Amino acid sequence: MDIIVCIKQILDPEIPARDFRVDSAKREAERGGANLVTNIFCENALETALQFREAHGGKITVITCGGESTEEVLRKALALRADDAVLIESPAENPDPLFVAQALAAGIRKLGSFDVVLAGRESGDWGAGQTGGLLAEELGVPCISFAETFEPAAEPGKLTVKRQTDSGWEQFESATPLVITITNHEKNVPRIPKTRDVMQSYRKTLTKFALSDLGVDPATSSSYYQIAELSIPRKETQCEFISGDTLEAKIDAFAERVNEIVRSI
Amino acid sequence: MSDVVICLWGRAGVDRAAQGLLGAGRRLADSLPGKLRAVVLGPADESLVTAAQAVADTVVVVEDELLGEYNAENYLTALTAACKTLAPRAVLLGNDAYGQELAARLAHRLGGSAAGDAVDVAIADGKLRVTRGVYGGKATAVIALAKSPGVVWVRARAMAPAEARTPGEVERLQLGLAPDSRVKLVTKHVEAKEGVRLEEARLIVSGGRGLGGPEPFAQLQTLATAMGAQMAASRAACDAGWVPPSWQVGQTGKKVAPELYLAIAISGASQHVMGIADSKVICAINRDPDAPIFKHCRFGLVEDYQKVVGPLVERLNRRS
Repeated sequence: MDIIVCIKQILDPEIPARDFRVDSAKREAERGGANLVTNIFCENALETALQFREAHGGKITVITCGGESTEEVLRKALALRADDAVLIESPAENPDPLFVAQALAAGIRKLGSFDVVLAGRESGDWGAGQTGGLLAEELGVPCISFAETFEPAAEPGKLTVKRQTDSGWEQFESATPLVITITNHEKNVPRIPKTRDVMQSYRKTLTKFALSDLGVDPATSSSYYQIAELSIPRKETQCEFISGDTLEAKIDAFAERVNEIVRSI
Repeated sequence: MSDVVICLWGRAGVDRAAQGLLGAGRRLADSLPGKLRAVVLGPADESLVTAAQAVADTVVVVEDELLGEYNAENYLTALTAACKTLAPRAVLLGNDAYGQELAARLAHRLGGSAAGDAVDVAIADGKLRVTRGVYGGKATAVIALAKSPGVVWVRARAMAPAEARTPGEVERLQLGLAPDSRVKLVTKHVEAKEGVRLEEARLIVSGGRGLGGPEPFAQLQTLATAMGAQMAASRAACDAGWVPPSWQVGQTGKKVAPELYLAIAISGASQHVMGIADSKVICAINRDPDAPIFKHCRFGLVEDYQKVVGPLVERLNRRS
C-alpha cells in the first residue's frame, strides 16, 4: 500500500491570544517569537499512516509545499520513520487552498502511483478545510472526510474507512486510490520520535520539486480567493467573579445565577 | 446568474440549521438581488418542504433513490447537476460534516471558489465576501472569493431565520444519476444521546482536561440532569477517550449556541472558544483565575470543581 501524507507547517496555534498580533496591512499573522510547527491534524494523519503500516505494511511518503523553513516538518516526519519526504518548493506566501491542492496533485502525479493520500481535516492557522477535497478533485478520485481510521477491507484492493459525523460515525468501503482527510481521535494521538531516529532523519535526502517542474504558475497562488481583511476582534465581555465569605456562600450565589437562566427557559 | 441556492438535507428536517440557512440565503438573495432556490436532497418530509417554501422563491426537491443514504460522491454528483441547471451566483450549505466536506469539491466542479465556517456572507464590488474566524478564533478574516459561483458553508445555527412570505413554487427534479461504484456506505452509527442534539441545546454543561479522567463526567452528568442540560466536552477530554468524539465542542467539533454554556475545568483555548462563541451566556468553574475561559464569561467561579459540583447539584435540585 503506497500512502502519501500531506503535511503543512503552521504558526504554533498554542500561542496565547494576548501574544497574538496580526499585520492588517499585509493581512497575515506576525510571527513574533512563536515557533513554526506541524499542523496537528497532519500529525494525526501521519500517526494514522504509521499505525496502518505497522499492522499491514506499506510505504509512507510525506509531501509538503512551501519555502525553506518547511524542510523542518519533513525532517520531523522522517524522524517518525516516514519512508520518503518530498518538498515542493514554492515562494508563494499564504497561497489559497486551490493553489496548494494543484501543486500537491502535480507533485503526487510526478511521484507515480499511489493508493491513499491522507491530509489533515483542516489547518490550525487559516483553517480553510479545503485542501483534501480539492486535491481529490484535482486527482479525480473519491474523498472521505473526518476519518479516524482506515484498514484493508475484506475485498482485496479496497479500504474500510471510519469517519466521524455530527451525531456519531459512518463506515465506508472504498476502492483505491482515494483521498482521506483525518481528524483527531484518541487512537491517533501523535507519537514522540526517538532521539536516534531524529539524528537519522538529518542524513536522509529530501526529494525537491520546483513549481516550474510541475507546471504550476506561482502567480496563480491567490486566484481562488484573497484575504481582503484581517483583524483581531475586540471582545467586551467582563467576567464577574462570584465572591463570598465562605465556599457555601459562593456556591449559593453561583447556583442562583445559573438558576435564573435555567428558569427563564 | 444572481440567484442563490441553499442546500438542505431532507433527512435533517426543519432544525435550527435549516432555518438559519434559509434566513442567510434569503438575505443574500435579496441583496444581490436574485431569487432564492432551496435544493432539498434525499427523502424530504413535507414539513421541510413547507418551511423552505415559506422563505424561498422555489423549492427544488431532488428525487433520486441514490440519495436515500448519504454518500459524498452521489450527493456531489446530484448537487453539481442541480447547480448547473440553476446557474446560481452563490451556493450556501450548513456547517455540518456533509456541508463541510461537499462545499470545496462542489466549487471545484462548478469552476467556482469556496470558503467556510462563515459568520457573514455579503456581496461587494461584484465579489462574495465571507467573514470567518481564523487562527483558531484569535483573528477574523474577510475572504473575497475570486471565482463564481461562490460556495460557502455557513454557521447556520447562528444565522437569524427569515420571516415567512408568499409560499414559493415546488419543483421536483429528476436527475437519473449514475451511482458511484467506488465508495459505498457500510455502517452508520447514530449515538444514542438523550434529549435534543448538542447544536440545538439551550443549556450545556461541558467538561475539560482539568477533570483528569472519565469518572468526573458522571458527576457532571448529575449536574446536567439537574439543570436539564446537554453534556459536552473539550477536545482534550475527547482525545483522551474519556467521552465520545461526538461530544467535542470547538473549532473542529460542534459549534453550539445555547442560552447558557457552563464550562467546568476547561482552560478555554481559542480553538475551544471558537465553538462556543455563539452562546448567549458563558460561565465557568475553574481553579485558575487566569484561565483564558474567564475572558469570555459573563460570570465565573474560581474554585476546584470537586468542591463545587456536588453542592451545586443539591441546590439546583432543591429549587426546582
